[in-house]
Order: sequence, then C-alpha cells, then structure tokens
Amino acid sequence: MARPVRFNITPKERDHQSHIGVADAPEGFTGEGFFTTKLSEVVGLARKNSLWPLPFATSCCGIEFMATMGAHYDFGRFGAERMGFTPRQCDMLMVMGTIAKKMGPVLRQVYIQMSEPRWVIAVGACASSGGIFDSYSVLQGIDQIIPVDVYVPGCPPRPEAILDGVMALQDLVERESIRRRNTEKYQQLMLSYGIQ
Amino acid sequence: MELTNEHIKTRLTEKFGDQVSDFVEPHGMLTFTAPKEMNLKVLQFLYDDPELRFRFLTDLQAVHYPDNKGKELAVVYHLHNLTDNIRVRFKIFAAIETPDVYTATQLYACANWMERETYDFFGVNFVGHPNLKRILNVEEMDYFPMRKEFPLEDQTRVDKDDDMFGR
Repeated sequence: MARPVRFNITPKERDHQSHIGVADAPEGFTGEGFFTTKLSEVVGLARKNSLWPLPFATSCCGIEFMATMGAHYDFGRFGAERMGFTPRQCDMLMVMGTIAKKMGPVLRQVYIQMSEPRWVIAVGACASSGGIFDSYSVLQGIDQIIPVDVYVPGCPPRPEAILDGVMALQDLVERESIRRRNTEKYQQLMLSYGIQ
Repeated sequence: MELTNEHIKTRLTEKFGDQVSDFVEPHGMLTFTAPKEMNLKVLQFLYDDPELRFRFLTDLQAVHYPDNKGKELAVVYHLHNLTDNIRVRFKIFAAIETPDVYTATQLYACANWMERETYDFFGVNFVGHPNLKRILNVEEMDYFPMRKEFPLEDQTRVDKDDDMFGR
C-alpha cells in the first residue's frame, strides 16, 4: 500500500544549479553587455524582495508568526529575513493578535513612526475584524485606525496562510509606483485616517 | 478560642444588632449584608476588633441586579483574617440612581485600584476616593460596560464593520 505521506519518500539528487531561487529579471531590453528597463520595475523588485517586517504580536497569532519565522517555514526565503523591532527601520507592519481599544493609540503611533513606503498586514481574525471579541474593550479591526493592505484570515492562521499574505503583499509592492506617497489617492487615504 | 463563623456572627450582632443581616454560609464562607451607610463602620470593626482582625482586603467588586429595585448595585468586600485564615464576604446594596458608597481607601490602601476598577465597570461612586477615574478602559468611554443594560453582542453598535465578514 502506498504511503499516505507525499513528501520526502523519493529522495532527490542534490541540484545546486536549479534549486537556488533567484528572482526573475523584470521586462526590459537586453543587448550584448547591457540591459535596460524601467527604474520603477527595478525598485519594485528590490522592495518586494527585501521587506523588513515589524512584528506587532499581542496574542496567539504571534505564536504562529514565530513558527513562520522558524526554520521549518522560513520566512527568510521571501527576503524578509531580518525582524526589525523598531518602526523607523521597517516597512512591513504585521499586526498579529487582538488589539484592545486602549492599545489602539499605541499601534497608531507605531504606524506613524514608520517611514514611507510602508505596508500593513492584519494577521488573524482579531486584527482584521475584532474576531470573536465582539466586546466593549476590543478594537473591531485595526483598519479603524490605520490603513491595511492585506488581511490574513484564520483564528489563528497557519504559517502557510501568513506566508500567503506576505506573498500577496509582495505582489502589491512590486506593482506599486515608486512614489506612491505623492499620489492624490494615497494622500486622501492617509487624510481619512487623520495621518499627515 | 478558635475563630468560627458563629463567633464572627455573634460579635457582629452584639455590636450592630439588626443592622447586619442576611447571614448565609455558601461553601462555608460567612456572608452578610449591612446598609450602605454602615460600610465603613462594619469594616473598621472587622479590622480593629482584637478577635476578628480582618486586616486584608482580598477583593472588592460590584454586581448588578437589574431586577432588585432600589438595590440594583451590590458592592462586595472579601476580607481575610490572615492570622486565623478565615474569610468573610460583606455586601452592601446601593440604588443605581445614587450609587454613592463611602470609600474604604483610608482603611485598606489596596482598595484604591479595586474601587477604581469597580467605578470603571459599574459606575459605583466611591465618596472620598483620592483618584476616582477609569483604570482599565479607555478614558473616552461614556458608559459602564458591566452593567446589564448593555448586551454582550449589541447589534446596534456602530464601531463594528460587518460588511466584509458576513455576520
């Protein structure tokens, strides 16, 4: 009878050439000894593959995130190797866990302290919508105080789901214009949250 | 002489007569009630009396009984005699329109934060408290959330955005 396990039952020969993942070059014009492309594509590629996450973990989703950072799921594969525990250096705020109303101003302060460009992932039901805490003390989703780019559902989400959320964010980052902060739409969004 | 529930009851009745009432012993813990104006006198007696010596305030909180007209809010003191390891529970009742209760902070310093918490959640106004303001909830909150007129899942709330989550 075949084993139900699908992984690691047919050992492969090591292949150093094709197993090392390298981000594909953006579209452009290649000639002998040169390559031209748009600056925005290069910057998008660089930003996408070197996101600095700022974990804002308050509860069980944070534990899942720790598993995501660990060796098995290895967040570093996506270029987000280094956690920065200061908002000044980071560009990806990951909010994991229940945010109480009293925590709201703290989270907002952290977001304001991040420099542009900055993105936010709301990991888990609580950060996205308040989750099961339909209560007087819990913020009903962090998008009430800061703009959110990607919502990751789950209570808590598995590490695969968090990785999926990060990859969705990478798609956003890659396609965004270099100076998103100058666009009128973005400024209006910030203004609607009262953030200058 | 060993301190027993009967003895505490006798001492209290000797001192206060009919004013302490409703003696019951759920799970062996002596529980009694006094008028709310008497709370400091009873607490002071329990603290000072050389036999009773209830010098430790374990807990202080309120309970809301919406159907108990005129006595909607109960303030409950849990006292502990650390020498004899005996506990008592002491209740006073206040109307929800006038939830004014004398503060126990002069007697038990630890009552400070407990009374702030009780004020925060039930709106009991502790007269004479040095710093009666909200302790756990956000300061902008304009109601007392543990009172039973506020349902646990309030469908009329405006801070909940259900559009995306299918509730």
